[in-house]
Amino acid sequence: MPSYVLVDKCDGCKALDKTACQHICPNDLMVLDKAKMKAYNREPEMCWECYNCVKICPTQAVEVRGYADFVPLGATVTPMRSTDSILWTVKFRNGSLKRFKFPIRTTQEGKAEPNGGFATHDDLNGPTLSTEPAALGLDKVATL
Amino acid sequence: MANFETVEVTTDLLIVGGGMAACGAAVEAAYWAKKNGLKVTLVDKAAVDRSGAVAMGLSAINQYVGLKDGKNTMKDYVDYVRNDLMGITREDLVFNIARHVDSSVHLFEKWGLPIWKDEKGDYVHEGRWQLMINGESYKVVVAEAAKNAIGNENIYERVFIVGPIMDGDRCVGAVGFSVREEKFYVFKAKAVLVAMGGAVHVFKPRSSGEGLGRAWYPPWNSGSSAYFTLKAGAEMTCQEVRFIPVRFKDAYGPVGAWFLLFKSRATNGFDENYMETRKPELEKWLPYGKVKPVPANLRNWLMMLDVQEGKGPIFMRTEEAIGKIASSAGDEKAAKKKLKELESEAWEDFLDMTISQAILWAATNTAPEEKASEIAAAEPYFIGSHSGASGAWVSGPKDVAPKEYFWGYDCMSTVNGLFCAGDASGASSHKFSSGSHAEGRIAAKAAINYVVDHPDAVKVDGATIEAMKKEILEPLNTYAQFSNKTVTADVNPDYILPKMFMFRLQKIMDEYAGGVSTGFTTSKKLLEKGLELLAFLKEDSLKLAAPDLHELMRCWENVHRMWQAEAHVRTLLFRDETRWPGYYFRADKPSLDNKNWDAFANCKYDPNAKKWEMIKRPIIRVYKEAGEHELLGG
Repeated sequence: MPSYVLVDKCDGCKALDKTACQHICPNDLMVLDKAKMKAYNREPEMCWECYNCVKICPTQAVEVRGYADFVPLGATVTPMRSTDSILWTVKFRNGSLKRFKFPIRTTQEGKAEPNGGFATHDDLNGPTLSTEPAALGLDKVATL
Repeated sequence: MANFETVEVTTDLLIVGGGMAACGAAVEAAYWAKKNGLKVTLVDKAAVDRSGAVAMGLSAINQYVGLKDGKNTMKDYVDYVRNDLMGITREDLVFNIARHVDSSVHLFEKWGLPIWKDEKGDYVHEGRWQLMINGESYKVVVAEAAKNAIGNENIYERVFIVGPIMDGDRCVGAVGFSVREEKFYVFKAKAVLVAMGGAVHVFKPRSSGEGLGRAWYPPWNSGSSAYFTLKAGAEMTCQEVRFIPVRFKDAYGPVGAWFLLFKSRATNGFDENYMETRKPELEKWLPYGKVKPVPANLRNWLMMLDVQEGKGPIFMRTEEAIGKIASSAGDEKAAKKKLKELESEAWEDFLDMTISQAILWAATNTAPEEKASEIAAAEPYFIGSHSGASGAWVSGPKDVAPKEYFWGYDCMSTVNGLFCAGDASGASSHKFSSGSHAEGRIAAKAAINYVVDHPDAVKVDGATIEAMKKEILEPLNTYAQFSNKTVTADVNPDYILPKMFMFRLQKIMDEYAGGVSTGFTTSKKLLEKGLELLAFLKEDSLKLAAPDLHELMRCWENVHRMWQAEAHVRTLLFRDETRWPGYYFRADKPSLDNKNWDAFANCKYDPNAKKWEMIKRPIIRVYKEAGEHELLGG
């Protein structure tokens, strides 16, 4: 269905002006039902299953069930994302289980330096971009 | 009567969009803006951390030329792109992106993107131009650099931009609305850089139930770039070029790693490899039929011929490819270790960028090392990247472009002050995530240059803004006025809701303009009928209705799609040949016509006269010595 929200786990990101899933969904699908204080996916058939709501949820209340029009029931794919890696648990329809861990970034969160530490220059007119040619690893930008 | 507060934002450079191209633009623009005392503003309909086509992540960087390693030349890359597009390419633009793309990749690495390295510390290549990455947080990392560069105070998230503000032949801003609160936004700018991605859901997708959203490209890319540039009166190029990716069937998992890294074969239901059995067909599409690698559309075409003859299903032979690599690893123990490694790499390929495919594998008890998986051609998409090419016709770089392709500023459309990058600019295919970022940087530097040359405050006509505000909010009024007339609001004779409007568009495009259900085949007669039905749809777009802000966004997204559709149909009609079998087939003109159509098919909409103009433009190569042998990169 794409993403769905577990009633028992969702707390509507209480006290915040919007829920985390609502903040992140690239397609503006997640919305807070203010009466119930629970989030939900308002347009499951427009969901890309990008998992950003699943990854960001502070209470692990959001999960994904594969698209009902072509995915057999019974499998789950569950991420646990930390600051430098992500751990995936894949449960097959037949019950078998696989686990994979992959790195996601090599630097401290928030510290990306726009010029990457490369030397910059002052020529607004030429073809050389601000961090070039240093960031290219060349002496100059290629020309014909 | 919806009457939102109007919020005015005055800036120097407005970047519209938040994906890879927009983030590249933000980084470069911020640097030059600071040096010149200028302001840069970015507006995104979603959250920059996870917006655009890379929102989920990626498992590879598909454009890296590697100039510093000396293994490839600029000409190698230009040859590759031109041939893949059956000759229809702006070499000057491809050259420009290619000479800057490596620095974008090197920046990504500094910012924290893990790129695979081999034991010598060199990048691991998936193919000649592709690098393997651990890309779950690719967009997060790239967005972070962009945000750090221009500052959060200059970023407007969840504001949907509908269209351009014009002052004569110059673009001086953009208008839109917040999807969170009742606010109408007016951005006034000395230059505008459009990077709102391509268009998905113009054609009916293969899955039309819950899986409607499982498009290959993200469903939120709704043709906003094309609409913006068309409505500004910019000349467009390659609007007939749609991209149809071959992907793992239904969930659309990537095939690149399987074909390139794991060297997998694809075979039909009878264990035949269509790339071998269908080889003679390539002779019909010369000179491109003999190019290496075979152009993406021709690879599609050979597979489609098999499918049309009932020779499906088509399988990616994952079990065979993995078995081969593992068994060549050495003794049994080494083979076992290699198998484990390959298994993890295969799953990561999906988990990084198409998690649905991992779910589908798990739900069908598929272990890739044991069982082959089906692949299939998806549906048509509009993108300026990948093997697509649709977008605005933009100026090339001064030092590379022939004079016919140069009008003052890199990446500026034919409208003054309107710059385009990523999927918004055309005829410069194969830029992918990294090249889009690089093109954003190129466009941003040029746009700041433009602002420095045009320092006077822009003129924005108040009455025009009021008229646009009324038009943009009208679907809310329509709903408020009529929805109580019927017991349920979804069926009402006085309006159409955006989802049904989208389905109507998709049905027209599918059946008349060569969608999935006609095997991507169309003809002049079909296209003419399609245009007639599109005209009714356009009239009915004035009756779109929205109960809330989310649906108001959906209304305008679908209007954007409709304009992309019309540009497409008109250009399919204009190019009187079949140039890209495998993307579409003009049954009435079933072959290449190199004599007449080795040229760009451009179009332009005049917003004042409300008329379309079709324009043929010559192809001028930057590597001038090209004879046929040379042309093919031989």
